[in-house]
Amino acid sequence: MSLVAVDKVSFGYTASRPILDAVSLDIAPGDTIGLVGESGSGKTTLLRLLLGLATPDSGTIHFDGSPLDPRNGAFMRQFRRQAQVVFQDPYSSLDPRQTIFSIIAEPLRSLRLAGDHAAMVAQALEAVGLTPDAATRYPHQFSGGQRQRIAIARAIVPGPRLLLADEAVSALDLTTKVRVVELLARLSASMSLLFVSHDIGVVAALCRRIVILEQGRIVEAGDTATVLANPRHPYTQRLLASVPRLTLNEAST
Amino acid sequence: MSTTIASAPARPPRSLILWAGLILVGLHVATGLLSLVWLPYEPTGMVGMRLEGPSLVHWIGTDRLGRDLFTQLMIGSRIALVVGIGAVAIGAAIGVTLGILAAFASKWLDDALAATLDILIAFPTLLIAMLVVAASDTASLWSAIVALGIALSAIVARLTRILAKRVLVMDYITAARTSGSSWPKIVAIHILPNIWPTLSVNFALQFGLAVIAEASLSYLGLGAPPPNASWGRMLQEAQGTVYTAPLGAIAPGLALVSLAIGVNLLADGLRDSIDPTRRAR
Repeated sequence: MSLVAVDKVSFGYTASRPILDAVSLDIAPGDTIGLVGESGSGKTTLLRLLLGLATPDSGTIHFDGSPLDPRNGAFMRQFRRQAQVVFQDPYSSLDPRQTIFSIIAEPLRSLRLAGDHAAMVAQALEAVGLTPDAATRYPHQFSGGQRQRIAIARAIVPGPRLLLADEAVSALDLTTKVRVVELLARLSASMSLLFVSHDIGVVAALCRRIVILEQGRIVEAGDTATVLANPRHPYTQRLLASVPRLTLNEAST
Repeated sequence: MSTTIASAPARPPRSLILWAGLILVGLHVATGLLSLVWLPYEPTGMVGMRLEGPSLVHWIGTDRLGRDLFTQLMIGSRIALVVGIGAVAIGAAIGVTLGILAAFASKWLDDALAATLDILIAFPTLLIAMLVVAASDTASLWSAIVALGIALSAIVARLTRILAKRVLVMDYITAARTSGSSWPKIVAIHILPNIWPTLSVNFALQFGLAVIAEASLSYLGLGAPPPNASWGRMLQEAQGTVYTAPLGAIAPGLALVSLAIGVNLLADGLRDSIDPTRRAR
């Protein structure tokens, strides 16, 4: 059974121009999916629907077999524990007035999870490659890449089964980006990952499956290797053609 | 040519600002408290000659009725503190609540609230306060405080609304929602701490405004009735003799200014000391 089942979901802020048009998508446990599309193609909107921050105009979303209903408090508490998100801008995603400990512990406290929160935060920090003494410091004392690691620590601390990453490496410089992608790849071994990006190179490195979104419609989906080797939809072909290439053909890892 | 990099404009050390504020405000608080238990003279008694200059007997002289000015100044400290704290507390309680509600309200309700606040702010603070005082039965210190608090709340509400809206679009608010935090909790732990620095500076400014506005209300007979010797009343009474006995106006004026500066410094210092991003890196 799939972990997330999106069935013919449509959404729009105005009736005339839908942001999402009959989108269907399955995420299996342990899957890594890259959701690719231009700005305005509906990627972030789909993510908001998947997080229960908005409800679709039509169509259904099921999580682990149950309908995703933001009004069902008991279900949402279970759901929030299992589905977490990392945002694009590491400078906007951490409250500047809270210590790193408070930031990472917030899901534990708000979802009333049992256990030794201090130990869980330390463990999460370690998992993202930061030392436990980071917990007492404030976000402004960290670089962009470190902040993104902290945001990832907050997302993984309740032990989610689904991690949604919204352009999570787009704001980072190249070397930092590679490290955070490596971190996400490591984490994806133990959870499903939906990686939203316009960076097809990163998706190719990270995701087993790829879904191409254009103007609110899924135009192509399949194994990343297959789709990229043999793109059928004109939009996918254009997208691939627009990837900048180095003249020196470096080995991609 | 020097090779050193130009440093940022010099700003007095944080601790200095905080201490200067603490000392100035502390002086007024101490004087105000002392006036409850001890006064040099009977405040309403004609204890000296009219319009005496400073002497060892009357430290800053007497007014045109022969009352001791220093005694009145001490009572004025107490009244100014009560008015300032009371008005700002009422203004903050109403204003912050309204502002947060407006920030969360639907677009229609938010627009209506914003327009109402703009209209309220367009009226002079003093005029609103006069209306509120006129609506209450008798002019007293408390009616003046409530009136000023209500008048100030519109400004606080508008500021809170704008600041809260700016915080609401941040990703850490969305992250708090996906972390399962309820809206009241998000207001308490994310929104209020992030808008507090700007709000607190505004409260300090309004403290000064409230004290001055109370003086104006007293002048119009709508503030604290005699024998409450507020600084505003002292200023008003010294108006006629400002050329012959200027100290009668200068003393309450300086007291007013020193308290207003003290509160502003204190607010600045406190803000800096609780703001993690302004602490030593």
